[in-house]
Amino acid sequence: MRLGFFLREALRALRRNGAPSFAAMATVVVTVLVLGVFIPVVQATTGAANVVRGKVIADVYLKSGATQPDVERVRRLIESTPEVGKVVYVSKEQAYAEEKKRNPEAYDLLGANPLPDTFRVTPTRPDDITSVRNALAPLGPSGERTVADPAMDEVRNREEDTNKILSATRVVKLTIAGLAILLVIASVLLIANTIRLSLYARRRDVEVMKLVGATDWFIRWPFVIEGVLVGAIGGIVAVAVLTVMKIALVDPLAADFALIAAPETMNYGLLVAVLLLASVGVSALGSGLSLRRFLRV
Amino acid sequence: MAATERNLRRRRDRSHGPGQPVPASGRAAAVPSAAPGAIVEFQSVSKVYDGGHVGLDQVSFAVNPGEFVFLVGSTGSGKSTIMRLLIKELEYEGGSIRVAGRDLRDISRSRVPFYRRNIGVVFQDFKLLPNRTVHDNVAYALQVTGGTRRDIRAKVPDTLRLTGLSTKLHNYPDQLSGGEQQRVSVARAFVNHPPLLLADEPTGNLDPETSIGIMQLLYRINRAGTTVIVATHDNVMVDKMRRRVIELREGRVVRDERAGRYRLDESTREFAARLRSDPPSDPLTW
Repeated sequence: MRLGFFLREALRALRRNGAPSFAAMATVVVTVLVLGVFIPVVQATTGAANVVRGKVIADVYLKSGATQPDVERVRRLIESTPEVGKVVYVSKEQAYAEEKKRNPEAYDLLGANPLPDTFRVTPTRPDDITSVRNALAPLGPSGERTVADPAMDEVRNREEDTNKILSATRVVKLTIAGLAILLVIASVLLIANTIRLSLYARRRDVEVMKLVGATDWFIRWPFVIEGVLVGAIGGIVAVAVLTVMKIALVDPLAADFALIAAPETMNYGLLVAVLLLASVGVSALGSGLSLRRFLRV
Repeated sequence: MAATERNLRRRRDRSHGPGQPVPASGRAAAVPSAAPGAIVEFQSVSKVYDGGHVGLDQVSFAVNPGEFVFLVGSTGSGKSTIMRLLIKELEYEGGSIRVAGRDLRDISRSRVPFYRRNIGVVFQDFKLLPNRTVHDNVAYALQVTGGTRRDIRAKVPDTLRLTGLSTKLHNYPDQLSGGEQQRVSVARAFVNHPPLLLADEPTGNLDPETSIGIMQLLYRINRAGTTVIVATHDNVMVDKMRRRVIELREGRVVRDERAGRYRLDESTREFAARLRSDPPSDPLTW
């Protein structure tokens, strides 16, 4: 492998074609910066949306006379229902204590505990809430809901809230995903075009190399290495700017704003690795592929 | 101009009598495998460009190793087509082209670079790499073949000395005159010591005195054993060189002859002196 030769060739090309190389590098810097800002924003937003969606719960109320075996039987029934994620049992007493803490005066007036034993059922995916409800409380022939177990009294999912949460978060997620895809496509096209321009300026060189008897890969390797260097330098500059921005702007704010501090945001080191890999990959691939048309001599 | 007229007249005479004795390997090559030792052999080669323009029409000739051959003809007569076919930049339709006994059709696309390393090529527009020094331009032809540094150190300075560029080693092409650039191009073509050297209008952009220098250089390379084929429309130069001439018109060979008496062992110095001083038969051309 004549790696040294190819590396020297790539460095020579970078040195002798300052302007186009700089343009390509600047493009990489700008796109990586935009992506670097956008990826955490996407993640924070979907993270927040997921947190909200996690609140989609169906409540299964038991009859007031339910015994311990009844409770266990219903728990098994719920847990064996597909699409059920988390099941939390709240007994009469727990519910009473909870509610009393929240509203002591009102509960002091009540002599007895009016609250039933309750299972709080979270579906594995928030969108499955309806099917979970239908499984636990099938719709009867007359449109009335029956229950799957005689000890169950009623199955409720605070319907209005649930529907709002589901549709709102769905719109947010789809919009963000669409924007992210557009942004990635725009970045790739921008980098590919800049590279193609800088190669176009050197298509005569490629022609001459072919006439002297250079094989396609002998010509291509320096260009690919050049692409790697351009991508790496551009990526490093952009990551440096991002890091400065993070330390100076985002970190001080994170303490105050929950959205920025959203726990599901990607680890910064991983984000940097992804950005660098992407910038290097796209520009190396872009150089190698763009060259193809000029190699047909 | 008078010389050109005289040429035209001679051409006409030739085209009347195809059966007249044509020296050496000329017309005989039309017969299949007629020239077994030839380095280049065209057998009724036809080339039609995509637009329908006829590049070559049933062209046949053969060139023996060590020959110095001129391809002459006006623009569009097919000289460059022959050159481009020989470096396999173009495909051809009819006939067959053999180089060193090998049919060009048998060379796959991926083998073309290796084939081209056996052929030195010189162009009218030099085709140097603008961001390399003279030395690196010539060295590139060796690096392409996997030449080591030692190879490069051994061969490049020698070749540059041969072409008179020893003092311009570290200049870039845009710092050189046209003649010097063409010398670099010749040096690059010759540094591998290829058996065959093609020059397409090598003096097209150069003044007469510089042209003589380039021709002298090509002659020197030819004397070292390399077969040289030069395409040109510089009839004055061709007449003075007195080497074999193949003339093309509208894609056909209309003349193939050894133009006159010259000594095969003529030294390059004598050769150049003759080119400079030897007055053409008609003084008006100078």
